[in-house]
Amino acid sequence: MQRVVVILKNETGLHARPASVFVKEAAKYKSDISILTKGQEYNAKSIMSVLSMGVIKGEELMIIAEGEDEKEAVDALKALVEKNFKWIGV
Amino acid sequence: MDRGVDLKGIGVSPGVALGRVLLLKKTEYKIEKRQIVDVGKEKSKFLHAIEQSIQELGFIKGKAIKTLGKDKAAILDAQILMLKDPEIVLKTVETIEKEKINSEYVFNRTASEYIVVLENLESEYMRERASDIRDIIERVIRNLLGIKKVELSNLEKETVLVAHDLTPSETATMDKEKVIGFLTNIGGKTSHSAIMAKTLGIPAVVGLGNVTQLLSDGDFVVLDGAKGELFIEPSEEIIKEYTKIKKEQERVKSELMLFKECEGITSDGKKIEIFGNIGTPEDVAFLLQNGAEGVGLYRTEFIFMDRKAFPTEDDQFCAYKSVLEALKPKVVTIRTLDIGGDKELPYLNIGKEMNPFLGYRAIRFCLKNHEVFKTQLRALLRASVYGNLKIMFPMISSLEELLEAKKILAEEKKKLTEKGISISSEIEVGMMIEVPSAAVISDQLAKHVDFFSIGSNDLIQYTCAVDRMNEKIQHLYNPFNPAVLRLIKTVIDNGHKENIPVGMCGEMAGDKELIPLLIGMGLDELSMSASSVLAAKKLVKSSAYEKLKRRADGIANMGSVQEIKAYLDIRG
Repeated sequence: MQRVVVILKNETGLHARPASVFVKEAAKYKSDISILTKGQEYNAKSIMSVLSMGVIKGEELMIIAEGEDEKEAVDALKALVEKNFKWIGV
Repeated sequence: MDRGVDLKGIGVSPGVALGRVLLLKKTEYKIEKRQIVDVGKEKSKFLHAIEQSIQELGFIKGKAIKTLGKDKAAILDAQILMLKDPEIVLKTVETIEKEKINSEYVFNRTASEYIVVLENLESEYMRERASDIRDIIERVIRNLLGIKKVELSNLEKETVLVAHDLTPSETATMDKEKVIGFLTNIGGKTSHSAIMAKTLGIPAVVGLGNVTQLLSDGDFVVLDGAKGELFIEPSEEIIKEYTKIKKEQERVKSELMLFKECEGITSDGKKIEIFGNIGTPEDVAFLLQNGAEGVGLYRTEFIFMDRKAFPTEDDQFCAYKSVLEALKPKVVTIRTLDIGGDKELPYLNIGKEMNPFLGYRAIRFCLKNHEVFKTQLRALLRASVYGNLKIMFPMISSLEELLEAKKILAEEKKKLTEKGISISSEIEVGMMIEVPSAAVISDQLAKHVDFFSIGSNDLIQYTCAVDRMNEKIQHLYNPFNPAVLRLIKTVIDNGHKENIPVGMCGEMAGDKELIPLLIGMGLDELSMSASSVLAAKKLVKSSAYEKLKRRADGIANMGSVQEIKAYLDIRG
């Protein structure tokens, strides 16, 4: 299992566009991926789940992946959050 | 003369439209819980409906990127992802298998759980996403039940939309090229559909009572959005008459379009800024189409209305940022919250007042509700780096109020800077002059602000003690009143003595009869509704300031409206 903690820097929080980008990226990996924030666990491959986190700028997310490509998944998602979801267009 | 008007409503957006009706009906369906026998068939029916819905949204998205921009397209993208979401799609399939219940019931139940979750989130933006879930539930269920629905984003021909009322999601997604008019049962001058129609320049009549019952799809109608008149299946004569009016309006409009790129400069070289007034970020597109040189008044009240609680700092930040970015490098003058008076908030109980216009409103409210005020100021300061922001305080009636508002602004600025948040160093801070007491001491106030903007509607009503809503005394509400004009002149001169520009936002600023006088009196900026901008530019271009100035000087010793109007050669 791989885990990493990131802080959301996006001004407007995890709204529709970044959430979509994040979920699409997560769906590329075979591993089970979840996000732990504010004491709850959410499915990283579910847009509903990611939107319901309701996270805003400055909040911490722990990305947890388990499976054959867990390392790649965690690295890619961490980079995505840190680069403000900018490098993948919609 | 009776020209056989069939229905009279409230004309909220001028212009004439002739075309066929499209009736916007709410899709009505009942979701019943049923036991099913063939689980396999139910599952494939469900997955087919999901697939079909994804295709529909993909198509709309393709169009939306062009017409609505990336933000709206991103929302459609999120909707598509919702339809692929394992948490609802797989769960629905599993539940169908396990409980042997019909798919529409299961899907509705599963997806609706998330509506509750999102509606309880703090951010208004996220709460609005709950309506996206409602949209996809409706779409999937419609496809499951085989109900066809008109896609407003994909209209085949020019259409007059007829509805009980239009919702923001309907106006946001509709194909603005194809919708040539609105007709609604309910609404008034400030209802959402009215504001949208005006913003988009689409002729509209609202408050028509039961127009949805009188009309059906394909009926031919003629509507006059200025007079609020509707003709149903009219005679050849009326069609001819209105086709002529419409052609004439189009000719005038295309002639005015020539002034779109022109700067507002008089023939002898004095710069007059021709700005527009807006209420929401959606208004920006139409404003720019009409050649406004900036925003002289962004009424922030709309972000506070039509909701259940105060908007968060982030909700406001997003709105201000999007307007600033869209207009950059043009000026955007944002007025801090002006509620009270005739503008009430459903979640804020100020209590009934004997004289709401003389009561607890605008800056008076903000200076007693620091949290609301500070939240807005923080959102404005954070957004300032995205464009050319001016902040404007409404309803200032004393120097003390101005200084207090400025002090709070400075405090918030300091706090944000200490947190390392970047703020533009060029934000100008100004105030509205709409209370006579402020106009009288404008020489003193001018020392503490970067600009003045005269709010003519309130200045007239306060100076003349005339309630502008009271029809019995309408004749006393007159912008040519010499007392009003003298006060305006005083404000302009006092502003100029301290080297600050003086503008005007309000009905007077867009009035063709008054613009020459106002320019002659020395105003630097005029801010008006988008639809008046082009005509104002034309007027400014064809005027010589020196001549207007001499003319305006002539009213200094006049004592009555009649005298002034006669002198300016204005009839009526």
